[in-house]
Amino acid sequence: MICLDLFWTFFKIGLFTFGGGYAMLPLIQAEVAAHGWLSTETLLNFVAVSESTPGPFAVNIATYIGSRLAGIPGAACATLGVALPSFIIILIVARCYERFRSSKVVSGVMTGLKPAVIGLIGSAILTMGAAVLFPGGVTAAVFSTLSFWVSVGIFALTAVLAFKKVHPIALICLSAALGVAAGYLLL
Amino acid sequence: MEQKRGRSQLLPLFLTFLKIGAFTFGGGYAMIPLIQRETVEGRKWISDEDVLEIIAIAESTPGPIAINSATFVGSRVAGVAGAACATLGVILPSFVIILIVAGLLDAFQHLRAVQYAFFGIRAGVLALILKAFWNMYKKCPKGAVSYGIAAGAFLLAAVLKVNVLIVILCCALAGLVSSLIRAGRAKK
Repeated sequence: MICLDLFWTFFKIGLFTFGGGYAMLPLIQAEVAAHGWLSTETLLNFVAVSESTPGPFAVNIATYIGSRLAGIPGAACATLGVALPSFIIILIVARCYERFRSSKVVSGVMTGLKPAVIGLIGSAILTMGAAVLFPGGVTAAVFSTLSFWVSVGIFALTAVLAFKKVHPIALICLSAALGVAAGYLLL
Repeated sequence: MEQKRGRSQLLPLFLTFLKIGAFTFGGGYAMIPLIQRETVEGRKWISDEDVLEIIAIAESTPGPIAINSATFVGSRVAGVAGAACATLGVILPSFVIILIVAGLLDAFQHLRAVQYAFFGIRAGVLALILKAFWNMYKKCPKGAVSYGIAAGAFLLAAVLKVNVLIVILCCALAGLVSSLIRAGRAKK
């Protein structure tokens, strides 16, 4: 039963996310939270794992969640689910590419989907930011804790470096090192 | 040069996409240069124009770019069987590596050093997602309709907590209606 649920949930994720990579994050986050499969913290941890291992994010996260919930069969069901919509749609599109490219419906739908992804990622950043900075909820007491300011500091530093086009894997290593150093020295 | 086609290409398709899946980090557009090198220059299965076609198709079809391009190249070279071999090839490295990593994470995540590392990493990943958000914003067409749909999607998801799937469907419909209206006006 859990395998069927994994297949169907990741099938929906594969069918409704355009652009791949981080564009998938809002839907994955919403579905995973709705099922109670992973906490937002674990999801963020896994984004770092996925950036530092080969392969597409969608396949990585499907395999990870599937294997945690139902071992190798679960991983196989979730991965098959996330891959199948692309597979079927591309087989169809590859045969009638000219009609697809000149279709007014396809280009119309895309003018809606591109900005939709921006709005949805904006919303996901708020949810995830709250999970990183306020793990126990927003209270006045949080602002006097050292761990809050360490998180803010690491976020600000990596954000500046990310906009200076430092490689993502280098940033993940740096933030891990800063986390370990701050953990042992300050917290 | 003669482009190779047919069933004799099934194993080469699988192996080539296995290599592409094993050596691209982060996925998405990072894969395009390697796909170009392997399938155009190496195997001569497709042309440079086909690569541009793949990018255009991947942008307007759902799903990860890696799977879109593997299915596309595979089906061009050897039909449905070719598409299946190429797609299986591109997925397999991630699948195996993540199964191993999931085991390692479970074994080590209770260690204090690992917990501190992930404490730092979560703040860093938030910065990476913010950067991805900025990159997508820069690539998105500007204009009243775009800004309106982005703001609408944000409000529906963040404030009204509407299901993300419903938000996506509403935005697709809004885009379709607005572009049909624009096309209707242009005709007059």
